[in-house]
Amino acid sequence: MNMDRIKDFFSTFLLIELLKGMALTGRYLFARKITIQFPEERTPMSPRFRGLHALRRYPNGEERCIACKLCETICPALAITIDLAQREDGSRRTTRYDIDLTKCIFCGYCEESCPVDAIVETRIFDYHGESRGDLLYTKEKLLAVGDQNEEQIAKDRAADARYR
Amino acid sequence: MFETVILSLQGLLGPVWPLVYSMVKIVAIVAPLMLGVAYLTYAERKIIGYMQVRIGPNRVGPKGWLQPIADALKLMTKEIIIPSGSNKALFILGPILAIAPALAAWAVVPFSPELVLANVDASLLYIMAITSMGVYGIVLAGWASNSKYAFLGGMRAAAQIVAYEIAMGFALVGVLMAAQSLNLVQIVKAQQGGVFSWYWLPLFPLFIVYLIASVAETNRAPFDVVEGESEIVGFHVEYSGMAFAVFFLAEYANMILVATLTSIMFLGGWNPLFDVAPFTWIPGFFWLIGKVCFVLFLFLWFRATFPRYRYDQIMRLGWKVFIPVTLVWILVVGAMMQTPYGYLFH
Repeated sequence: MNMDRIKDFFSTFLLIELLKGMALTGRYLFARKITIQFPEERTPMSPRFRGLHALRRYPNGEERCIACKLCETICPALAITIDLAQREDGSRRTTRYDIDLTKCIFCGYCEESCPVDAIVETRIFDYHGESRGDLLYTKEKLLAVGDQNEEQIAKDRAADARYR
Repeated sequence: MFETVILSLQGLLGPVWPLVYSMVKIVAIVAPLMLGVAYLTYAERKIIGYMQVRIGPNRVGPKGWLQPIADALKLMTKEIIIPSGSNKALFILGPILAIAPALAAWAVVPFSPELVLANVDASLLYIMAITSMGVYGIVLAGWASNSKYAFLGGMRAAAQIVAYEIAMGFALVGVLMAAQSLNLVQIVKAQQGGVFSWYWLPLFPLFIVYLIASVAETNRAPFDVVEGESEIVGFHVEYSGMAFAVFFLAEYANMILVATLTSIMFLGGWNPLFDVAPFTWIPGFFWLIGKVCFVLFLFLWFRATFPRYRYDQIMRLGWKVFIPVTLVWILVVGAMMQTPYGYLFH
C-alpha cells in the first residue's frame, strides 16, 4: 500500500505518464491518415442505403406506381401525400405523389411496403434545396430521379433481392 | 550598399531620422512575427490533425497554405459587437492591453549577438515586467464585458497567470544565478559551447518547470480553462471580429515569445548544437528559429496529447509543486556554486 503510493508519486512527479501519452500521439503523427476527402472520395455504400427517394418505371416506360396508398398509410412521419384517378385506359394511377423530405425520416417503410417496387430509396444523399419548397418532391421530380438513376437502382435491388 | 543607403537617408531626414529608423526596426520585427503567428495557427491545425489521424486544412490554396490568410480576412470583415451593458472604453482597451506587452517584449530579444533592438542590461527584468502586464488585458476584458461568464473567465485567468508567474520567475532566478547576468545577450553568451553547456542540463528541473509554466502562462491546453474554446466560456465570449482576433494574435504572439525565451534561457539561443565546423556554418539566427520551432512544436504536441486540467489541479500544481521544486533547485544551484563543482552550473 505504502510502496504503491511512493511509486505513484514518482511516476507522477517524473512525468512518466505524460511522456507515455506524448509517445503515443507522437507515433500517431506518422500514422496513415484515414480522412476521406468527400466530394472527390466517397466511402463504400451498402445497396440498402436509404437516401433520396425515386419513383421507378417499367422498361417499357410505364410508371410502376398503382396508387395503392400503402406507402402513404405506413409512413410514420406522414410525409407522403397521394391523390389518384382512373386513367383513360382504365388503369389506376396517381395524379399527385408528394414526398415532403423535410418531414421524411428515411425509415424505408415506403419502399418496404410497395408491392410493385415503385417507390425506392436511392444512394443519393448529397442533395439540397436552395429555396422554400425545394425539398417538397413532387411526382415529376421523383420520376426524374428514378429515370436518371434507374441503372444503379436496379443493380441495388438485384443485389439485395436474395435477402428479401 | 546597405551602409550608404542608411547614410543617405540619414542626411535626407535629418532630425527625424532616429524616429524613422526605430520605426523601421520595429516593423522589421513585428511584421515577420505576425506572419509567424498566422502560420503557427496553420501549423497547429495541421500537426494536431495529423496526431488525430486527420489531414487538417488542405482546401485553401495548395495544401491549405492560404488558410491563415482566409481566416484573417474572415475575422477582419466581421462586425465588432460591443455589448450595450459593457464599459465601452475598457472593452476596447482590453485587447490592446493584451497584445501590447506581447509585442513590446520583443524589443530586448536577441536574435543573434548583434541583432537586438535594445541591448539593455536589465533585459531579463524587462521581460518579466512586460510579460506579466498581459494579464491586465484579460482581466479588463472579462470585467468590461459586464457578463458573468466573461467575468469568471477573467478571474480564472488572473489567478492562473499570477500563480504561474511566480514559478516562472523563480525558474529565471536560477538562470540569472548561472549566467551571473540579467542581460539576455550575456545569458546566451554564457551558454556557448554546444548542447551540453546550455542551461537545460544543469537547470533541468527549472527548465521543465519553465516549459510547463509557460504553457500555463499562455493559457494553452492543457491549462486552457481560461478560454476553453471548445466547451467552457472564457473572458472573450463577448468579443467578435477583429477585437477577438487581437486576443487571438496576442495568445499566439505570446506563445512565440515564451518559446523564444525558453530557447534563449535554456536552449542556448543562437548557439549551434555543437561548436564544431558543419554546425557553426549555419548563422545563429537560424539556430534560434529552429529552437523556437522545436519548442512551439512541443506546445502543439502537448495540446494534442493532454486532457484539460481541472481548475483546482492547476492551482495545486502551480503553488504546491512548481514553486517548491524551483525553490529547492535554486538552493541546490546556490549551494553547489560554493563547492569545487560550481563550474558545472556556470
